[in-house]
Amino acid sequence: MFDRHYYKSLTRSMILTVFLVSLAPLALISVITSYQFHTAYKDRVHAHLRELVMKHKRNIDGFLAEKLTVIRVLADLIPEDRFRNEIALQGILKSLRDRHHEAFVDMGLVNAAGLQVAYAGPFRLERADYAEAAWFREAMRSELYISDVFLGLRGAPHFIVAVKVRARGEEWILRATVDFVAFNELVESVSVGETGLAYIVNAQGEFQTRPRREPAVGGPELKAILARRGQSGPATGFSPESAGGRGQASQSMVDLDMVRDQAGRECLLLNAPLKDGDWTLIYQQEVADAYQSLFHARNLSLFVILAGGVGILLMAFVVSNRMVSRIVDADRERDMMNEQVIEAGKLVSVGELAAGIAHEINNPLAIIMEEAGWVQDLLDDEYLKKSESYGEMARALTQIRDQGDRCRGITHKLLSFARKIDPTVKPVQINDIVRDMAALSEQRARFANVHIIADLEPDLPVVPASPSELQQVLVNLINNAIDAMEQKGGELKLRTRSEPGFVTVSIADSGMGIPKANLARIFDPFYTTKPVGKGTGLGLSICFGIVKKMGGTISVESAPDQGATFHVRLPRAEGKA
Amino acid sequence: MSRSLRVLLVDDEFGFASVLKKRLERRKHAVCVALSGAEALQALRRQDFDVALLDLKMSDMDGLEILDVFRKMVPEMPVIMLSGHGSETAAREGLDKGAFDFLLKPCDLETLLSKMFAATGGAEAQT
Repeated sequence: MFDRHYYKSLTRSMILTVFLVSLAPLALISVITSYQFHTAYKDRVHAHLRELVMKHKRNIDGFLAEKLTVIRVLADLIPEDRFRNEIALQGILKSLRDRHHEAFVDMGLVNAAGLQVAYAGPFRLERADYAEAAWFREAMRSELYISDVFLGLRGAPHFIVAVKVRARGEEWILRATVDFVAFNELVESVSVGETGLAYIVNAQGEFQTRPRREPAVGGPELKAILARRGQSGPATGFSPESAGGRGQASQSMVDLDMVRDQAGRECLLLNAPLKDGDWTLIYQQEVADAYQSLFHARNLSLFVILAGGVGILLMAFVVSNRMVSRIVDADRERDMMNEQVIEAGKLVSVGELAAGIAHEINNPLAIIMEEAGWVQDLLDDEYLKKSESYGEMARALTQIRDQGDRCRGITHKLLSFARKIDPTVKPVQINDIVRDMAALSEQRARFANVHIIADLEPDLPVVPASPSELQQVLVNLINNAIDAMEQKGGELKLRTRSEPGFVTVSIADSGMGIPKANLARIFDPFYTTKPVGKGTGLGLSICFGIVKKMGGTISVESAPDQGATFHVRLPRAEGKA
Repeated sequence: MSRSLRVLLVDDEFGFASVLKKRLERRKHAVCVALSGAEALQALRRQDFDVALLDLKMSDMDGLEILDVFRKMVPEMPVIMLSGHGSETAAREGLDKGAFDFLLKPCDLETLLSKMFAATGGAEAQT
C-alpha cells in the first residue's frame, strides 16, 4: 500500500530543493562579496606598499644627498690647503662624525694623478694610489659623485661620496667614506609584517646593501626587472637637487611584480629608482604575509559558508523528513478512511441481507411454532392423553418447540444486530445490553474456547444513552477480549457495578495483556497491533468517542500475561443517582 | 374463566392466520381472519371487534396504512402489531400512530394473549 521508494525519492528531492534554493543565494552573495572584497583589499595593500616604498626611497635619497651636500659645503668653505694638513683634516672628520652620528668613516684629499695627498681615518691609506680606481675616474668626470659599494684597498664594503675642488690651477677630489653598517640599517629599517625585506642593487644587479635574508629573485629574473626599470627611466646622474625633487616623486615610480622565491612561495616585489636610476630600491614581501588579513577574512567567510551549508543541509533534512512523515500519515489516514468506508458499505449490505433472511425465516417459523402450539392444545384433550403414543408425541412436540424457540432467538438477534445504529438517547438498563451482547458473542467465544462469566449487579440504575451505540461499545470490547484469548482460550468476565453517580461496566480477559508501551496509544485513531487487514485501529477510538459523548470515561489496566481490563463509567440518569 | 374477546386477525400468511385462529377459538375467543387490507375493512364494516392483530407487511396495503384507516374508523379498537421484520423504525411509527403494542413473530401465545387482555382493559387469568 505504501511505496517506500516513492517516499524516499520524495524526501531526497525535497532535501535537494530546499538545500539548493537556500544555498544558491548564499553562495552567489558570498562569491560576489568575496570577489569585491579581494579586489578592494589587494588594491589597498598594493597602494600601501607603494606608498611605503616611495617614502623609503625619499629617505634614502635624502640621506645620500645630505652626505653629498655636507662634503660639498666643506669643499666650498674651507681652503684646499687646510685639507692637505692631516691634523686639520682629522679635526674636520671628528666634527663630521660628531654631527652625523658617525655616518662618516674617513676623509681624504686626492690630486688629479690619483694620489691621496692627505688622509684622516682608521685605516693606513696615506699616499694611496687611486689612479686606476673606477670611482676616481668617474669622480674626475663629474662635479659630484657617489660610488657603488665596493671593497677597495681596505677590503671592507663601503662607498664613497666625492666632490671636485679647484685650487691653484689644479683639480682635486675631496672624498669621504660613508659607514656601510649605518646605511645598511637605514635601508633595512623599513619592514612590514614578518617577511618584509628591503635592499638596494645597482644597474648590474649587484647588491649595494646586505639583505638579512635570501632575496626572492636573483640573476636573470632580477636583471629583467632592472632592464624594464632602466627603459622606463634612464639614469641622469645624481645630485642633491634631483634627490630633493620630492614634488615629482609619485607612486607611479614604484613598479610592482608578482614573483616566486626559491621555495616556490609567491612574493610581492616592489622596486623604485634611487640615485637617479643608478641604484634600485627593492622591497619584497610574501603574499601570504601581505594578504594575511584578507586570508583570515576569506577563511572566516569560508567557515561561515560551510557552517551555513551544513546548517541548511541539516534543516533541509529535518524539515523534509518531518513533512514526508506527515504526508505518509495523511496518506495512511486517507487509505484507512477509504477502507473504513468500504467496510461500512459491506456492513450495511450484510445487515440488510441478514434482516431479509431473518424476515423470510420468521414467517414460516411462526407457522411452525403456532402449529406445534395447536398440536399441544389438542394433546391436552383427555382422550388423547390415554393414547399409548401420548408420551412420545409430547416429547417430540417439546423438542419441536424448543428448537423453534432456538431458531427464534437466532433470528431475533440477527434482526437486532442488523438494526441501524440509532443515536437516540433514552434510559437504558445496562445489564440488559450486557446480557444481549454476551449472548450475541457466545458462539464466537465457544469456538475460541473462551468462557463468559457475567457478574451483574441486580437493580442497577438506568443510564441515559443510545442503546445502539452502547451495544457497539460493548461488542467492540467483548470482541477485542475474545481476540486476545483466541489462541489459548480463557475467561471473559463481564461485571456491572453501581457507584455514586455512575454505573461501571468492566470487561476483563485473561489474555496476554497489553505491553506498557502500547497502553498510552491504545485509544488513538488508526492505532492497531492486529495484523494488516484484521483491524482498522478505529474500534477503541470509536468506543472512546461514544463514551466521552455520553459524559463517561473509558480506561484500561493491564500487565503482560495478566490479561487486560477495560472499565467503562457512565453517569446515571439525573434524579436517580 | 377468561373473557371472551372478538378478535380481528389481519395477516396475508394463510398458514399462520388459520392456525392462530384455531388456537384462539379453542380459548373461546371469536376470531375473524382477513387475508388482505380490503378484507379487513369489509369485516370492520360488518361487525365490531374488541381487538385487532395486524401484520405489518401485507400484499395489497402496508400495515401502517391499514392502521391509519383503523384509527379513523374505530379509534376505540386497540391494535397490536405483529411482524416478522425487525424494523425498529416501522415499529416506532406504528406505536406513534396509536398501536397498542408491537410483537415480533414468532411469539408465545401466552405473551400475545396477555397483551390482548391488557389492550382490552386489564390482565385476566389464562386458562
